[in-house]
Amino acid sequence: MRAKVHVFLKPGVLDVQGKAVEAALHGLGWGHVEGVRVGKTIEFDLKGKDAAETESEVKDMCEKLLANTVIESYRVEVA
Amino acid sequence: MKAAVIVFPGSNCDRDCKVAIERSTGATVDMVWHGDTALPHGIDLIVLPGGFSYGDYLRCGAMAALSPIMNEVKLAAERGVATVGICNGFQVLCEAGMLPGALLRNEALKYVCKPVDLEVTNAQTRFTAGYAGRREVTMTVGNGEGNFFADADTLARIEGEGQVVFRYLDNPNGSTNAIAGVVNARGNVLGLMPHPDRAFEAELGSADGAILFQSALASA
Repeated sequence: MRAKVHVFLKPGVLDVQGKAVEAALHGLGWGHVEGVRVGKTIEFDLKGKDAAETESEVKDMCEKLLANTVIESYRVEVA
Repeated sequence: MKAAVIVFPGSNCDRDCKVAIERSTGATVDMVWHGDTALPHGIDLIVLPGGFSYGDYLRCGAMAALSPIMNEVKLAAERGVATVGICNGFQVLCEAGMLPGALLRNEALKYVCKPVDLEVTNAQTRFTAGYAGRREVTMTVGNGEGNFFADADTLARIEGEGQVVFRYLDNPNGSTNAIAGVVNARGNVLGLMPHPDRAFEAELGSADGAILFQSALASA
């Protein structure tokens, strides 16, 4: 199975990269852009019986390593 | 007196820490590789140095927090051994769950490297006892991700319990409540972004950092 993990700073946690990118987009003429957040995607293959079990396993990986839940939230896709 | 400096791949202040501890306290300092599975016997102080462990991959300190030696560091801290994380070492201790909060990218997106004046907000800890009677000390910061963050509940708790031990007088990186250093609830684990290892002799601009190492070892 293929897992995709999306990690972003939680809402309310200052995302300075997002702010800088937003300012740059404004500078290029896209003044109507707002709420830019910069995150990361982590993809990998793993053996798993079914999507639900694999998703739960990947969430465990997020809690232990892939995200720092003090500041980040994550979303898991398994296919 | 005996101290251990943990060396991760990408640590770059490990030698500085060794020299700083030796010269300011006379203690013997062992360098301990991150892949080791045991600390030397009879350690009174553990220091996690600054640098860019594992190239800051994933998050600053995230990979180092899972190094084999960190299991031993956690066990030693649970036994009450004084443990200090400086800069990247602070990030490692937060990632390892040994200290509250996390370090975010600096508010101005800049790497900040300069001397900073700090308020000693709690001189009752084993790391800061030597600063008693002194409100201000000077050390040097060098960080790109030194912006301390904790959620509102955690912040209220650590402020209320006296766990905030250093505060910037002129916040260089956007840290919440200008927090520069915190201790754990028990008071034997300290993390700080400023470098006492870059401020241990007057020739370096300040000798205030020496007092931190002296206090930590005097309390052992």
